[in-house]
Amino acid sequence: MLKQTEGSQAVAEAIAMCRPEVICAYPITPQTHIVEGLSALVKTGQLANCEFINVESEFAALSGVIGASAAGVRTYTATSSQGLLFMAEAVYNAAGLGLPIVMTIGNRAIGAPINIWNDHSDSMAMRDSGWIQIFAENNQEAVDLHILAFKLAERLSIPVMVCVDGFILTHAYERIDLPAQEQVDQFLPPYEPVQVLDIREPVSIGAMVGPDAFAEVRYLAHHKQLQALDLIPEISAEFQQIFGRSSGGLVHHYHSETAKHVVVALGSVNGTIKDVVDDMRADGIDIGAMSICTFRPFPLAAIRQALGKVDCVMVVEKSLDVGLGGMVDPNIRMALRGLKRPLFTAIAGLGGRPITKASLRVFFEKAMKGEIETPHFLDLDWKVVNRELERGRKTRRSGPTAENILRALGPVGGDV
Amino acid sequence: MTDLNPQQKVKFYQKGTYTTSNRLVDARARLVQASMDRNNSLTCGHRACQGCGEALGARYAIDAAMRASHNQTIAVNATGCLEVFTTPYPETSWQIPWVHSLFGNAPAVATGVAAALKVRKNKQVRVVAQGGDGGTTDIGFGCLSGMFERNDDVLYICYDNQGYMNTGVQRSSATPPAARTATTQAVGDAPGNVFGTGKNVPLIAMAHNIPYVATASIANLKDLEAKVTKAMHIHGARYIHVNVPCPLGWGSAPHDTVRVARLMVECGLFPLFEAEFGEVTNVIKIRKRVPVEEYLKIQKRFAHLFRKDKPDIERIRAIQAMADANIKRYKLLGEGA
Repeated sequence: MLKQTEGSQAVAEAIAMCRPEVICAYPITPQTHIVEGLSALVKTGQLANCEFINVESEFAALSGVIGASAAGVRTYTATSSQGLLFMAEAVYNAAGLGLPIVMTIGNRAIGAPINIWNDHSDSMAMRDSGWIQIFAENNQEAVDLHILAFKLAERLSIPVMVCVDGFILTHAYERIDLPAQEQVDQFLPPYEPVQVLDIREPVSIGAMVGPDAFAEVRYLAHHKQLQALDLIPEISAEFQQIFGRSSGGLVHHYHSETAKHVVVALGSVNGTIKDVVDDMRADGIDIGAMSICTFRPFPLAAIRQALGKVDCVMVVEKSLDVGLGGMVDPNIRMALRGLKRPLFTAIAGLGGRPITKASLRVFFEKAMKGEIETPHFLDLDWKVVNRELERGRKTRRSGPTAENILRALGPVGGDV
Repeated sequence: MTDLNPQQKVKFYQKGTYTTSNRLVDARARLVQASMDRNNSLTCGHRACQGCGEALGARYAIDAAMRASHNQTIAVNATGCLEVFTTPYPETSWQIPWVHSLFGNAPAVATGVAAALKVRKNKQVRVVAQGGDGGTTDIGFGCLSGMFERNDDVLYICYDNQGYMNTGVQRSSATPPAARTATTQAVGDAPGNVFGTGKNVPLIAMAHNIPYVATASIANLKDLEAKVTKAMHIHGARYIHVNVPCPLGWGSAPHDTVRVARLMVECGLFPLFEAEFGEVTNVIKIRKRVPVEEYLKIQKRFAHLFRKDKPDIERIRAIQAMADANIKRYKLLGEGA
């Protein structure tokens, strides 16, 4: 059913159609509208047979669903940013225990300085936790990925993070095709746990494992992720059969299977990138865009195949590995190892900085000519940076950086 | 509720001991452990130290919970000694469904298990969460308070051995003043732990107005079983704080574990009481009051208080004052149950 609705509300309705039985939630911007929506659906009875628990922290939110999942029911939670870090210990634990929890991340920057706007620092900080990470390009895909996520999580008994850009998607109103309940029921069978706290067959879950078996347990977690590389396209094909549209998968191509120059990115920025690609192609430039939908497991082979022969790879990423550069960038380089493809990375959109078509085009054109540094910090205001560096050189007690910069900038916010 | 509480008014102590014979009491009042059909929920073969108070307490508590629930209990465990010594992979001493997630989240995991049972309309199976004092009064405190405040259907049992014993005897918020630990050494002007304000988690639990709060000791296992049994017949959030001496951390002899626990009760430092909806409803009176020195002296963690050249009379008095305050507050002297 086509509906003009907010991304978060659509995600909440999609989650409800997946019939989760326990939802634990703790509010954090920009995840709030999703859990508010679910709370209302449970309270009105539209989502029946579901316990919605308002907990006291994100750590408790994920811990609660860990308990419920171990007790054999379908579980869901959502968070963002600091919340994801606050539950970090439980994030690793859920993956280590092999519990098929689905969690939405309304992607947001991590402080300090505190910032509520979108980038990918939060999910990226948890990229090695053992969760599958899938990124939505738009709100239609955000809806679809959640339905796919439950199926994927439960097939492999592994948790899945669905990453949805904060505000840009979570708070955007779009035309969304919400599936029918019958379609979701047809696609997603009732949850059959592989391990469960059952008084008839008592098991101990979460025992201490020493050097004698730890490596094997960890390898099996890696093995499951590798299996997901095969399973994700399979599940996407099944999804297409039932819902009549393509969603999910490892990567999405936009002229990138044939183009000489390819832009690689995750999430909603692909919308802007595609517009720039359209403009540049209209001007006769052979450029395409590849969106990475599945970031963990990382589809090394698919990406190597897609990018192995291109003249120039341009990564646009909303994350910064401080002291190294990009976070997506090294993954792409690993996929392309030995192939000597020119690769340029733009760190863009940190803390919600708008990524404009004009700036992207300048970066792409320079990168294709090999005339730009990598990583390149898109739209970085060097005046501000240099002024602050200078202040630090002059005065020992130069004060807090962020506050100095804001003071020097004067009233801001109107152009964000 | 009283008929479910097998505390007898008249106690038949075996001569010269604090032991009440099972044979002389009403069949309903006999210990679960005295029964051949006890569950052995925490069975033999685990790796606890000699004289471990926690192993003793957990065995009695969980078997009592199992009996009260007709063998339908799921246990959630915080990280700590109890978790480590019972489940070194691939062995487990638990004969009941048992899950361990993290150090600080056992109350929240238990909330999740209870929610899963509720949504599946399973009213028979009950949830017990358990952890040491570190996992309860420190790192798991936020989750514990949240579980209380929502009145989730969980019995949380804290086995309090007054320190981080699993990591090598460091101080927790349950470590008593003056006690030596690996992070409150018996050196300097004020050896041992600080005289802070203390953190009385049973009282904090009561401040949540939850249906049931109790303290218990492995020196009174019949009382421990009775309190667990009573708690299991109540729904909502319940809390039992069990004092379990740790020979390793307290520097007491393994064969003195029960004795140390008893002296702690008898001197007044660990009052045994029950509370319902925030009000104390029952206390176990001290049978034979002893000065705190008797309790302190048999533990090496307090040895610096009794140096021959310089006994720390002032601080022993301060500890005695704490015991006296408990005796007054909970009315621990005189006739009664």
